[in-house]
Formats: sequence, structure tokens, C-alpha cells
Amino acid sequence: MSLFGVPIFPAQASTFAADVDALYFFILAVSAFFALAVTVAVIYFGLRYRKTHEGQVGARIEGNLPLELLWSVIPAMLSMVMFGWGASVFFQIRRPPAEAMQIYAVGKQWMWKFQHLEGQREINELHVPTGRPIRVTVTSEDVIHSLYFPSFRTKIDAIPGRYTELWFEPSKVGTYHIFCAEYCGTNHSGMIGSVVVMEPTAYQAWLAGGGVEGTLVERGGRLFQDLACNTCHLDTGKGRGPSLKDIVGKTVDLADGSTTVVDEGYLRESIINSQAKIVKGYQPLMPAFQGLVSEDNLAALVEYVKSQSSPATTPAPAAAPTNPPAAGEKK
Amino acid sequence: MSNAVAQAEGHGHGPHHPALQHHFDTMGQQKEAAVIGMWVFLLTEILFFGGLFTAYLIYRTWYFDAFAAASSTLSIAWGGLNTAVLIGSSLTMAMAVRGAQTNKRTATINWLILTMVLGAVFLGVKVIEYADKFEHHHVPGASFVWAPEHEGAGGAEAAEGGTHPATTMSADQLQRTTQIYFSLYFTMTGLHALHMIVGIVLMMVITWMAWKGKFDSEWYTPVEMSGLYWHFVDIVWIFLFPLLYLVERHQ
Amino acid sequence: MLDTLKLPELHYLNNGHGWKSWLLTKDHKRIAILYLVSISVMFFLGGIFAAAIRLELLTPRGDFFTADTYNKVFTLHGVIMVFFFLIPSVPAVFGNFLIPPMIGAKDLAFPRINLLSLYIYWIGAVFTLYAMIAGGLDTGWTFYTPYSSTASNSNIVPVALGVFIAGFSSILTGLNFIVTIHRMRAPGMTWFRLPLFVWAHYATSLIQVLGTPVVAITIVMLFVERAFGFAIFDPARGGDPVLFQHLFWFYSHPAVYIMILPTLGVVSELVSTFSRKMIFGYSFVAFSSLAIAVFGFIVWAHHMFVSGISTYSAMVFSFLSFSVAIPSAVKVFNWTATLYKGSITNEPPMFFAYGFAGLFLIGGLTGLFLATLGVDVHVHDTYFVVAHFHYIMVGGAIIGYMGGLHFWWPKMTGRMYSVFLSRMSALLIFVGFNLTFFPQFILGYVGMPRRYHAYPDEFQVLNVMSTAGASILALGYLLPATYFLWSLKYGAVAGANPWAASGLEWHTASPPPTENFAEVPHVHGEPYEYEGVVSTLAVEKHLV
Repeated sequence: MSLFGVPIFPAQASTFAADVDALYFFILAVSAFFALAVTVAVIYFGLRYRKTHEGQVGARIEGNLPLELLWSVIPAMLSMVMFGWGASVFFQIRRPPAEAMQIYAVGKQWMWKFQHLEGQREINELHVPTGRPIRVTVTSEDVIHSLYFPSFRTKIDAIPGRYTELWFEPSKVGTYHIFCAEYCGTNHSGMIGSVVVMEPTAYQAWLAGGGVEGTLVERGGRLFQDLACNTCHLDTGKGRGPSLKDIVGKTVDLADGSTTVVDEGYLRESIINSQAKIVKGYQPLMPAFQGLVSEDNLAALVEYVKSQSSPATTPAPAAAPTNPPAAGEKK
Repeated sequence: MSNAVAQAEGHGHGPHHPALQHHFDTMGQQKEAAVIGMWVFLLTEILFFGGLFTAYLIYRTWYFDAFAAASSTLSIAWGGLNTAVLIGSSLTMAMAVRGAQTNKRTATINWLILTMVLGAVFLGVKVIEYADKFEHHHVPGASFVWAPEHEGAGGAEAAEGGTHPATTMSADQLQRTTQIYFSLYFTMTGLHALHMIVGIVLMMVITWMAWKGKFDSEWYTPVEMSGLYWHFVDIVWIFLFPLLYLVERHQ
Repeated sequence: MLDTLKLPELHYLNNGHGWKSWLLTKDHKRIAILYLVSISVMFFLGGIFAAAIRLELLTPRGDFFTADTYNKVFTLHGVIMVFFFLIPSVPAVFGNFLIPPMIGAKDLAFPRINLLSLYIYWIGAVFTLYAMIAGGLDTGWTFYTPYSSTASNSNIVPVALGVFIAGFSSILTGLNFIVTIHRMRAPGMTWFRLPLFVWAHYATSLIQVLGTPVVAITIVMLFVERAFGFAIFDPARGGDPVLFQHLFWFYSHPAVYIMILPTLGVVSELVSTFSRKMIFGYSFVAFSSLAIAVFGFIVWAHHMFVSGISTYSAMVFSFLSFSVAIPSAVKVFNWTATLYKGSITNEPPMFFAYGFAGLFLIGGLTGLFLATLGVDVHVHDTYFVVAHFHYIMVGGAIIGYMGGLHFWWPKMTGRMYSVFLSRMSALLIFVGFNLTFFPQFILGYVGMPRRYHAYPDEFQVLNVMSTAGASILALGYLLPATYFLWSLKYGAVAGANPWAASGLEWHTASPPPTENFAEVPHVHGEPYEYEGVVSTLAVEKHLV
């Protein structure tokens, strides 16, 4: 929204933007009320109780307990409303729906790289359709960045060595800002781009332009062969590594006695720090691929393994993927 | 709480102990101020080391196997000796305070010197240990090498060929995460050693003051305060020793 | 009437001449003056960097500086203002000068440690200034890893050392105040007769003593990683860069209370004096300082809501963050109630107190937006946050500091300054400040991130408004430098108590003698007694 061409309010381009704004306006109203009340009181008292004669002193009033309680309890209660409402909106912002479309984002000095499952790769630009929830799994290749979509009202830090995520459902066609919101060095203010929200049909048309290398799953499948994963991870389960069929969302027993849920974070960690959380019954033989597989390719491999699990066996994703590190963890 | 004990009517009052500073009214007030001050200072030291202990606890939980493996490269013999030396030095320090309190100048000086000697022994042992770590390329950074086949010097258990028996970590993992252990090891013991050096310098000053006859049973606060500091440094080591040296040694 | 007032013959300023009598002084008042000069220099340095920032942000392109230079400019602005101006400001100048007379003591408990804290401050400042000259620092004052530990090429080590060293200055000041307030009070000065200024400094000292060591060790960890290649935060070796954030904010959140609590103490003194009335709810205001100090330690991760902490952690810290807002609100309500049935005059310090009230109110209320999870996700790391903390730090802390300076200047120097110019300065600062920072709330919600050297074109108008305000603000700050300095030679002699204030510091000459009091005062009555108190300067006739 603009006033004489000056933007004073961001567009509401996601389904929860209005919820965030409603909360914002509530806090604004409460703040304005108290600011006004105190200001009026101060000005009024300041004028009404001016010193009128030499030697005049103020009245001897020490305090008033009921008043103290009143103006402690009321702000406390209002705070609880703000907290509760804020927490509820926060849950909404941080819990992607199960059917969310997956996108991978990698921040690196000083650009954003996005990968669609269909194989499309974008740099500093992200095309998305309206009407579908979209889950973006984010990481960094170097320092901490932060992926920020002001018009969607959401951001998340991109941390090297782990996955974080955000989600949104675009609701309004248009082009909006993408910013990096965590200072990351020289070109921090240049690490910006655009998210292009399109009608679903337009988005399909754009997708049809196609990634040269095929979908993310196809790329992952090729990597699975090239890196010889298929030589140990046999579907029969009798190979040197566990079968990767239908494992996503399952809880597996680990060699050290603990358990873990198989999600993107665990899959990524198992490729990089392969002996951190070995499945029970298997030997610590898998090489660690840290430094040998780029974040882009890790995403492809993870998607490939996910594709080996049928959707029926894949429960809704948890609030955030489990994060490494925990090698040798004792529970 | 009690107020300041003020009886003075400005200057020109009767004779007072030469160590009474002019902004205090009585020796008692001055001593109390020193005691509170030293305890507050020790509190800051607890918070200071606390940050390192926090980092240690977190990483030990995450990388227990690496910590156990790395810890086993430290020598319990040297560490144990140092622990005994420090505890002994706290005893000698307490004796020095007692000496000052009972007006025994020579005893005070002797106990102080003994404390310094023990402190120097501690530091000497640390030099030996650090040298060993340098030799084995256990200093984190570019030259770090985790080679578990030849673990530790003098007294450390040898590993049973390959990685630490209980670990599920690969050699690669260990090469990386043991660096965190050693980074914390050097930072924590290094910081502790620095505090010891400061403590020894403090002792030298106190010894000189004792030799000059500045202390008597009415005023020996500096000895007592230095004692507090020294005991604190000792206590930090009492925590460092098991945390750094004794990770999973029970086999 | 004015000509009969003379400066006392012997006072702390002329008791001993020459650089040795100053640089080796044990007098808390002289140390306070030395701090005053030092932090004023640092303030102007930090202010120059601020001016540079606002100049660059006049245009959307990065045309004034290169990106690297801009990054160094905002980093040094932050480092200097936070560590070398705001944190020492009120405690090192007013705390040092006033706590002993306010409690009826001759000096602080440890005068030599006080001098040591000044030397340490200077050494820390020198390291940082060296780093500036050697090419600057570009990590932001928050030094986040892994950028600071591995990626940045700037002078992290000297600045880290400078901040580390300066931290000990802060710790020693806090330690000194705690012991002094416990053990050096004059007979009859019970805890609940202490001026609220002293309560505020006591609470601040607790924070200084408990919090600063943690940032010190965090800097040590950063230092060893950077200088020796150790692994503590390095993700490539299993380290957690977010651990740095936890350790850093564990101090740096309480640090913001170090920066504001003393000022809140100053404001209590101003509001009471210029309404000639005791502070409404004295014990509530006293305890609210302690509450802020305590709660301030358990909210640090509200700086990390989007840093990858779990949803549940975020909830806990959001909830706790509201708890710290309540005691601040309580203070504001109590000050307002103090005005009720007061006998109010509008001397310059009161002008600043009013300005403080308005700006601290807005700054504090905008904190609620940031504590609220649903909103913080959107505005974190945007100009909304920048506006919030500048409202508190500049609109609150610095205006309160200026109020204190205008209040106690006659006590410290024996001279009065131009009333007209000082009111002018208060007005300029208030107007300039709002014009500078209010547009930034809007910019932040619209989405402009912090620490941006260049920005999208549509943000320009709001940025230009902000820069225009900054130039007015700068004028407002430069003005006091002129009339204060002028007053040293030509100002009217103020006498012991120009404001008809209560408080033991006004019962001794202006400037005070080195030992503060000719005789140790014995305290009988309650604090904030104005009945029968007369101004030594017929100032009132010229005002109101």
C-alpha cells in the first residue's frame, strides 16, 4: 500500500499475511491507547499542577497499592493476550501443511539458489503458483543468511550444516521482494531477488520450460548410481546398507539404542556424516560424503530417497526437520 | 542490613591503623568491603568459566564418543598429580593466611613460598602435557591429526586398534569433532593456567609485603583475599580434571 | 542576588594541578570527569559514523561508500556506541560522581579500582581505534559466526580484544558500586531512604557483574577460533554457529538493561525534583529496577526466534519477554502519578525528562511487537528493530543522560548554562529524533532489512526523511557542547542547590570538596523531602 507513491504497508500476498497484520494492528491499537493515555496524563498534569507560588511543594502522596496492582495486572493480562495470539499465529507460520509443495533453497555469498522438484533451477528468482502451500527447505553453503519474503510475512535463517524451513501459500499474483535478512558480508544488500507468484496454469506453463537435467528426483536417481549408493542399499534389505524403500516417516532403531524418525534432516545427515546415526544391525561401513556432494545434489538425493517411499506411508512432516549434529549421541 | 559504622567527625580523630584507607571509617568496614568485593569478583570468574563449561557440556552431549576418545589421550597420571599439587597448594595457602592472622611473619612467608613452588610445579606439568599434545598433532587447526593408533603419552591406555571401541563414529568424523574437544581443552586449561600465573604473581607481591612486615593480626586482608582467589583457581581445576581427563575411563 | 554567590575556594577541581594529579587521581569525581570527556569523544566518533550511514542511505544505490566500507561504518557505529558510549555513560559519569555523595560517603569502596577501570576503558578504546585505522571491522557489532570466525577479512581480533578489555572496565565499575552501596552508607541512610538513582545503579551493577563475563568468554572463544584455528563454532568440524548466538545474547540482552536502567534512575530524580514531590510508589519503582535486572537474564533468545531454535523454545522466550515489559510500565505509570498534585516547573532537565517519557514510551511499546512471535518473524532483522532500539537507546538512554547532564552540571562544575539554549537543544533533539526514527518503523514493516548498503528505489522517500531528521538531531547534540563549554568560564555561579532539590549531594558545595562533605551527614528523614528547601540560585524567577 502506498501513500503518494511512498510504500507504507507491504502487500498481503500469502494466506497468513492478513493474520499477521491483524495481530500487528491489535498490538498497535493497545500501544497507541497506552501511549496516548500516558501522554495526555503527563501533559494534563504538567499543566494543571504547575508551581504557582514561591516555596510550594507537591502533595505528600507515597503511593497507592490498589493502583500499583491495577497497572501491573492489566498490562500483564494484555501481554498474555498478545503472547497467546502471537504464539498461535507463529504455529500457523511454522507448520507447513502435509500437502505442501517442496522447494529447496540454498543461500550462499551472495545469491539465493532455488530448486524445484521438477528440475527447474533458479537464481535470485522464484516462481510459485497461487493456491498451493509451498514448503521451502533452506540451508547455507557458507555463513548464516536469512530467507525473507516480506509480502508473505515470513523468514527463516539459512544455517550452514543444517536444514531449516519456512512455508507459505501465495494468494495474490504479482512480483514481490526476496531479501537476505541476516548480515552476511560485503554484498549482503545485493543478495536480493524476486518471488514471482503466478496463476496455476501460468506456473505450469513456466514449468514446462523444464530443467535441462530432468526433475530433482531424476537427478537424484542418477547420483544414486554414480556415487554407488545402489551397491549397498539394496531394496531387499540384505545389502550392506538398509533398504531405502518406504522408510520416510518411519521410526528406526539406531545402533546406539536410540531411535529416530526418517525425515529430510536425517537423510541429509546420513549422507554427510554417515556414521552418526547408523541403523541397528548394520556395520559402520558407509563413507561420509561431507565435502563431496554439494547442497544442490544433496537435495536431489534426498528427494530421490523420498520418492522411494509411497505417499501413503509418508506421514505429515513435523514442525521442522530433525537437525544434525548428534554423532555418537547418548540419550 | 546494618549501616556503615560511622563515628568520625571529619579529620583530626585519634590514631588509626596505618593500613586504614581514608575513605573508610573503621578497619572493620574496610575489611568487610574487601571481602564482599572479592566474593563478587569470584562470582564474575564463575560466570567467565561458565561460558566454557556450557559449550563443553553441549558438545560433550552431542559428540560423546569423540570426547571419550580424545580424553583418553590425556595422561591421568599427570592430571592426578596436578590435582594433588593444587589441593596441596590450597593447604599451604590456608596455612599462610593462618600465619598472618597469628602474627607469624616467617611462617607466613615460608608457606607463601611453598604455595608458589607448588603452583610452579603445576605449571611445569602443564608444559609437559602441552608439549606432548603438540607432538601428537592434537592442537586443533591446520596441523591437527587424529591418529588413534598412537594415543597419548606416558600412562594413557592404548586403543584396541582403530577407533575407540565404543564409538560409532568414522575416522573422518573423529578427525573433525575431536578438534572441538581439544579446542575446549586448550582454551579451558589455558585460561586456568593464566589465572594460576596471575595468582603466582599475586603471591609474590603478598610475600614481599609480608617480608616488609606490613601484616599483623589486625590487618592481613590482602593475604586472606589472595587466599580466596587461590582457592577459587583450585576449585576450577577440581571441575576441569574429571570433565577433561576422566571421560568414560571406567573400563 | 546572583553576584553574592561565589564558587567555593577549594574544591575537587582545583585541589591539585597538573596531569599527575588527574591521571593518578583516586577521587571518584575526577575519575567521573575523565570518563565524561572520554565518552563524549567516543560519542562524537560514533555520531560521525551515524552521519555517514544516513548520508549513504539518502540514495538507493550504494554510491557514497563501497559496500565493504559501509559495512565497516555501521559495525563501528554499533561497537563504539554500545561498548564505548552507552554502557559506561550514566554509571561511569554520574554513578561515579554521585553515588558517594548520595549515600553520604567520602568515596567509592575501591578508589584505585575505579581508576583502574578508567585505564582499562582507555586501553580497550585504543585497541578499537587502532582497528579502525588499520582498516576497520565489518561483522556488525554482533560478531555472528561463522562470518566472524571464518569468512570475514577484517580486523576482528583487535576489536574483539578492545571490547573484551572494555568489558572489565564495566565489571569493575559494577563491583565497586555493589560494595559501596552495601558498606559505605552514612548513618541513617537505610536501603529505603536511598535515592532511586542508587537503586537503579545497584540493579545495573548486578547485571554488569553477572553478564559481562559471559560475553568476555564468548569473545575469547571467537578469538581462539579466529587466531588459532580452533573449532568451537565451525560447522565444518561439527561446531554450532547458533551456539555463539546463545552465548552472545546471554550477555547482550541484559546489556541493553545496563544501558537503560541507570537512565531510569536519573529520570526518577528529575521527575521528583521538578514536581517537588516524592516519587509515587517508591518501593515499587525500586523493586522494578531489580525485577528488570533479574528478568533481563532469562529472555535472550528473543533475538533468535528465526535462528532455527525450536518452536517450543521460542514460545518460552516470548512469554518471558513480556514479563520484562511489566516493571518498565510500572515505572512509567509511577512517574506519571508523581506529577499528580505536584508543584511542577519546567527547568531544562525537566524538558529532557518529558522528552524521555515520550520516546521511551514508544520504544518500550514497540518492544511488545518484537516479543510477539507472530509479528517478530516478519520484522526481525528489519528497520523496525533498528527503530525500536534507537527509540530506547537514543530516545531513552541518551536523552535521559542529557537530562542528567543538565541537572548535575551545576553540581559538577559550579556553573549554570544557558536555559534558553538548553531548552532549544531538548526540542531539537526531540523533533529531530522522531523524524529520524519514526519512518524506520514503517520501513521495517514494509520489509527493508537492516545493514543494507543499497535498497530498492521505493524505500527512498522514507530514508530521506530519516536522514533529514538526523541532521536536526545532530544539531541538537552539538548545541550542548557549545553552551556547556561556554558556561565553564562565563556561566552564572550556581551555588550548592540551584534546583531546590533533595538528596545529600545538594547539601554540599558546588563543585564539592574532594572529600565530598565537611562532616559526615547523619540521615534522619525520608528521601525526596522538599518542604522548606530553597534554591541557591534565583533560577526559578527566570523560568516557568
